[in-house]
Amino acid sequence: MTEQATVTTDTAQSVFTPAPGAAPAHRMVLAQAGMELRIMLRNGEQLLLTMVIPLLLLVGFSATPVLDLGPGPRVDFLAPGVLALAVLSTAFTGQAIGTGFERRYGVLKRLGATPLPRVGLLAAKTLAVLAVQALQAVLICATAAALGWRPELSPAGVAYAVLLVLLATAAFSALALLMAGTLRAEATLAAANLVYVVLLGAGGVVFPVELLPEAAQSAVGALPITALAEGLRSVLAEGAPPALAPVAVLAVWAAAGAALAGRFFRWE
Amino acid sequence: MRGCAGAALDSVDMESPAVEVVDLVKRYGPTTAVAGLSFSAARGAVTALLGPNGAGKTSTVETCEGFRRPDSGRVRVLGLDPVADAAALKPRVGVMPQSGGVPTGARAGEWLRLVAAFHARPVPPDLLLERLGLVSAAATPFRRLSGGQQQRLSLAAAVVGRPELVFLDEPTAGLDPQARRATWDLIAELRRSGVGVVLTTHHMDEAEHLADHVVIIDHGRVVAQGGVAELTDSRQELVFTCAAPLDTAALAAALPPGAAVERRGTGPAAEYAVAGDTPEGAGPEIVAAVSTWCAANGVRPEGLRVRRRGLEDVFLELTGRELRD
Repeated sequence: MTEQATVTTDTAQSVFTPAPGAAPAHRMVLAQAGMELRIMLRNGEQLLLTMVIPLLLLVGFSATPVLDLGPGPRVDFLAPGVLALAVLSTAFTGQAIGTGFERRYGVLKRLGATPLPRVGLLAAKTLAVLAVQALQAVLICATAAALGWRPELSPAGVAYAVLLVLLATAAFSALALLMAGTLRAEATLAAANLVYVVLLGAGGVVFPVELLPEAAQSAVGALPITALAEGLRSVLAEGAPPALAPVAVLAVWAAAGAALAGRFFRWE
Repeated sequence: MRGCAGAALDSVDMESPAVEVVDLVKRYGPTTAVAGLSFSAARGAVTALLGPNGAGKTSTVETCEGFRRPDSGRVRVLGLDPVADAAALKPRVGVMPQSGGVPTGARAGEWLRLVAAFHARPVPPDLLLERLGLVSAAATPFRRLSGGQQQRLSLAAAVVGRPELVFLDEPTAGLDPQARRATWDLIAELRRSGVGVVLTTHHMDEAEHLADHVVIIDHGRVVAQGGVAELTDSRQELVFTCAAPLDTAALAAALPPGAAVERRGTGPAAEYAVAGDTPEGAGPEIVAAVSTWCAANGVRPEGLRVRRRGLEDVFLELTGRELRD
């Protein structure tokens, strides 16, 4: 024991000799993205929102005829909606809550004292969000296929779907950071969950927008979740390019959200 | 590897001190936390910012770390501006915040490896975990670590990048004696390896034990600074305690001319301090006089010793004895 302690001391005398330097940017970003991803996948409450609830909705509403979802198999309507919900849950709800508490516990401040630049932190968060979304998409598509979903999977259709998801991810992430960077962590927790539930109910995810009063329908169409769900339904059903409206809605939310988050986000 | 790093360091400004703070003022609304504070910290030395709670230590350190902008005054770290030159300074400066700073769900070893991955030539994380007694806690999420383990992990993350300078904000707050000793050993080793250390503390013994230079801060200002030996003058005094109350007037009468007795505290905990008016304070003649008087009067002194006025005496004299929140 004593011997070992002596050896350690001798080696350690050289290990602290100053040799500062930042790691290459890609190594910093990948390391941070890995940490973000592991923390997301270990967080039970977050998995409930991102994995369990979307899959339960998909299976439950596909199997039981409680809703009039229009012509065709119910899963054809539900699968794109649940994919949209999955994007919302990870990019917005999970990220807002996670970042809100990181800010509260001084994690953002502490990371700010490391060589990882802020843009690198944002890149890492985005990579982690996209990785979780890929996992969600695999699980949801496999489950939907088992339930009889047969989308039009042309390369163009998939590319359009990916474009819509990326735009929506940008919009939801910007709004998540806007909320996390301005409100207290507890307020972010409450508000982000509330938004999730309200958009789940009213955003054309599992209940068709046509069920809403006519006056509400056009307002709901301007929501990013509705634009994503409707856009995914059309490109996955027909393999055709998305209509201009959902793309424009998502782009406007992304641009406005990024501008506001850039202006009002507080790191501590 | 090291020769290479040394060559890289030679090319940067090695003349300016590690930290130079001149007339720093920092306000939060109506409260002035730092009110015209100046000090400098040498490279490769340990500088302790010592002061009561609320003295402005953390505000000063956070300004040096680039987290806060000075309201006025000048702050230079390794010759650079902590805000404007932040990108150049971050790889070179390690930071240990007073608390937190780690995601609650991150495991101890995982966090240290992450911070190591941000640096080009880090200390092997496993070696640091071992040095700081964190091997058994490596797989534990941060929120389940004890307060002392959280502190040690935070210290490890501050030094893992092999910085030239580290800021440690109350590195031993809440540590048990063993962990405190391990932290002191690490800080001493950093100093031997040429790393500059600026730490805050309100423990006199910590400053006395570790620091080359002590800066005593109160109410946002420097009230004294210097080496421990300079701050604690060389005059000595004889001190002892006594279970029974002592007749100090009788003792004083038995002392050489010019010597005095002071009672500090009350009851059985009261300490008696005896010093003459010579430059030495308490020489052999004082020791002899006190011993003789005790023997003659059947007084049994306890813990009798001759000591230099400690940093604590200087500190209390400068900052007062009233309680702070």
